[in-house]
Amino acid sequence: MADVFDKVKEIIVDKLEVEESQVTMEASFKDDLEADSLDVVELVMELEDEFDMEIADEEAEKINTVGDAVNYINSSQS
Amino acid sequence: MLSGKSALVTGASRGIGRAIALELAKQGANVAVNYAGSEDKAQAVVEEIKQFGVKSFKIQANVADEKETKAMVKEVVSEFDSVDILVNNAGINRDNLIMRMKEDEFDQVIDTNLKGVFQCIKAVSRQMMKQRGGRIINVSSVVGVSGNAGQANYTAAKAGVIGLTKSTAKEFASRNILVNAVAPGFITTDMTDELTHEQKEGMLSMIPLEKLGEPEDVARVVRFLASEDAKYITGQTINIDGGMVM
Repeated sequence: MADVFDKVKEIIVDKLEVEESQVTMEASFKDDLEADSLDVVELVMELEDEFDMEIADEEAEKINTVGDAVNYINSSQS
Repeated sequence: MLSGKSALVTGASRGIGRAIALELAKQGANVAVNYAGSEDKAQAVVEEIKQFGVKSFKIQANVADEKETKAMVKEVVSEFDSVDILVNNAGINRDNLIMRMKEDEFDQVIDTNLKGVFQCIKAVSRQMMKQRGGRIINVSSVVGVSGNAGQANYTAAKAGVIGLTKSTAKEFASRNILVNAVAPGFITTDMTDELTHEQKEGMLSMIPLEKLGEPEDVARVVRFLASEDAKYITGQTINIDGGMVM
């Protein structure tokens, strides 16, 4: 669990150029991390590559917060 | 000018697509030659391209098919390691008067000429976003701007391509993916060879430069749009038509 969050955090910090402290489970990509829609699509692509999985468009649309992404990855890996 | 770049040209086995593929290769780009049915002609283009000392291969795909376009782009990336230039050229025509045009004739043309462009753009978008750059050049037609009796399906698709070009340009601008269209006028190809003498005469009378264009006239503009020289141009449609539409 922690591993997934750390990895996701690392990718977000790198992609969105935000501070590590801003990346909390509750943080919204668009509202708190100032990502635009294309950034979110790109982030999802990056997560797919990193965790070697495919996130369907319908599922990707539901990912609004860092927690959504972490939980989705955890649930699909278990 | 384009050495080290990788290009995918759809409908590249003949006509304008073939000329574009050759022109990009001449400038040093590796070129994947997409075709739908003319395998022998596609292979001949590949052989010609290789003479410029660049890599090339042919790849069959129906551009309107999501799976086939995805697989095509995957293969281009695995062969060339990138896709820097996508030229959406594949097109068909099923000309008829509206009152005689069958639904099927309308659908086929929209599928290949409009949806095909969308599918290929979607298929390369992931790769180009990762690369933080790319060039997409869509081949529209001047009749997509002016309209043409007997080509309701074709002109609707080609006008659609211009709209699609603008939306794509806006959507991907922040990732340095530049998207433009060219709108050829009357160019000598198999498609225009089918026209009657009367139709050709009628067309010529509307062209200020009083002659037909060559596929190479289009290819050179595409080469420009694919080059560094065009780095501040996106969302535009350039008519290559001897002044037919102004």
